[in-house]
Amino acid sequence: MIHPTPPGTRDILPEEMRELRALEAALRAAFEAHGYGEVATPTIEYADVLRRGDERYANAAYRFFDERGELLAMRSDMTIPIARLVATRMQDDEPPFRLSYIARAYRAVSPQRGQMREFTQAGVELVGAPAPEGTAEVIEVLSAALDAAGLTRAVVGLGDSDLYRQLLAEFGVGAEACDQILDRLAAHDLVGLELAVDEVSGLDPQARATLLALPGMRGGPEVLDRATDVGGEAVGRATGRMRATYDSLKARGVADRVRLDLGLLRDLGYYTGAILEVYDPALGHILGGGGRYDSLLGRFGRDLPAAGFSLYMERLHVAQAEEERQSEGQR
Amino acid sequence: MMPRVVDLTRAREGGPLKLAVPRGALWPETLDMLDRIGSDTSELRSDSRSLVFQTEGLTLVTMRPSDVPTYVEAGAADLGITGKDVLLEQRDRIVYEVLDLRFGACRMVLAGRANDDALDEDERRLGAMRIATKYPRIAERHFEETGRRAEVIEVKGSVELAPLSGLADGIVDLVASGRTLAENGLEVREEIATSTARLIANRVSHKLRAAEVDELVERLRPEGR
Repeated sequence: MIHPTPPGTRDILPEEMRELRALEAALRAAFEAHGYGEVATPTIEYADVLRRGDERYANAAYRFFDERGELLAMRSDMTIPIARLVATRMQDDEPPFRLSYIARAYRAVSPQRGQMREFTQAGVELVGAPAPEGTAEVIEVLSAALDAAGLTRAVVGLGDSDLYRQLLAEFGVGAEACDQILDRLAAHDLVGLELAVDEVSGLDPQARATLLALPGMRGGPEVLDRATDVGGEAVGRATGRMRATYDSLKARGVADRVRLDLGLLRDLGYYTGAILEVYDPALGHILGGGGRYDSLLGRFGRDLPAAGFSLYMERLHVAQAEEERQSEGQR
Repeated sequence: MMPRVVDLTRAREGGPLKLAVPRGALWPETLDMLDRIGSDTSELRSDSRSLVFQTEGLTLVTMRPSDVPTYVEAGAADLGITGKDVLLEQRDRIVYEVLDLRFGACRMVLAGRANDDALDEDERRLGAMRIATKYPRIAERHFEETGRRAEVIEVKGSVELAPLSGLADGIVDLVASGRTLAENGLEVREEIATSTARLIANRVSHKLRAAEVDELVERLRPEGR
């Protein structure tokens, strides 16, 4: 008899579980070594609490009523639950807080594309440490976690979620056009971006050239100089934060792992400043991401700067297997 | 020694970039474009049944246009060429749309029977239009954005048959010259979008092989841009 499980969910049998547990143990050791203690939070939260962190939780995929008629929701990541936890449970403690997790989260995705509706994330949150040092520390831990997973070729993309918006403001682009341009950038639609930029009336040709060149700029620290060459002082001011973070990464010895990316924009509502994406050459999908969310804790009544990352465990596992296969193939 | 096909197709750092090439309407102009940048397409033009071709500096994998975003999103191809219509229909695929290649121009339209107001009558009397299409998501989005309701019926073959046989009163379809519409007694009522061929890139390849991707983009960039 076949008794199905819901789409996007699955069972894990011992052989896979042994490998997953080994991977988790390696990540936990890396988190602990950097002083990040593990926490757990409930899988279900009050929908109102999650929505306080991110308005889009109003449409959370899995919501239901409890026996008293309260609206509950399944978490779609750990960042908001941990923001709630810090604001509520650590009221009397002195920041910074270094927390880690390996936990399941839930999203309504189309399960045919290797994405699961129930999936496991591993990550850290650093609360109470501002940029640039706080951001650089998170990237240092991320780098250690990737090494611990055996993904020595994995790369961290570092962008800035405010950079492009700030530039548009400096160039005097109106709010509506600005939103449209940012939408295209977040959708990775560079053709549409050019069309939207060309629709802005009275845009200085130099400003236009800057706006079109920036999303393609990615690589080592030289991209910051190249960007300033193209866009002048406005870009220089906007890239200041990235430069400061990069300098700190150099001092920590992890700058080689980082590619600066002036076109990076994640569409998660709560990011401010730095944003991260993780790539491995053996896998066509991103392994995870993260960034700064300096205003999130304030929404829970405790105004602290924060940053973090999360990695998709299942994808890490696939990348690990693929890396092993490729290195065997080269022998 | 001949490289094994699996070595050519599996995502791998260091090998040539893999480009997904669409068979079908965009095929001839895509091959002409590849000739212009110095890729030898004679093998693709022969009646070979192969699906994977090795050319100077590029591995070409050939497929249906609507499969191109699937391969590129998964990283089974680093880059791909497909129509904007395909990208609009598969809007949730996360790929970089890097270049408008300018060829393969056509329009996505709503068409109905000529000299027949069944479409409007449907909307007035029944509150919804009956529309047949191969692009259900574009159609649904168009009616949603214009505040109307439609019963969208997905078909796989010749859409023009639907209003002729009474399955639907209108169609949402791609038109280039408009000849097929005219020959079947249909006329354009609304234009929904315009489409040309686009170059798309995998999210990871766009970052990890940035220099090679950018170099190819520059070589493929239509003149006058």
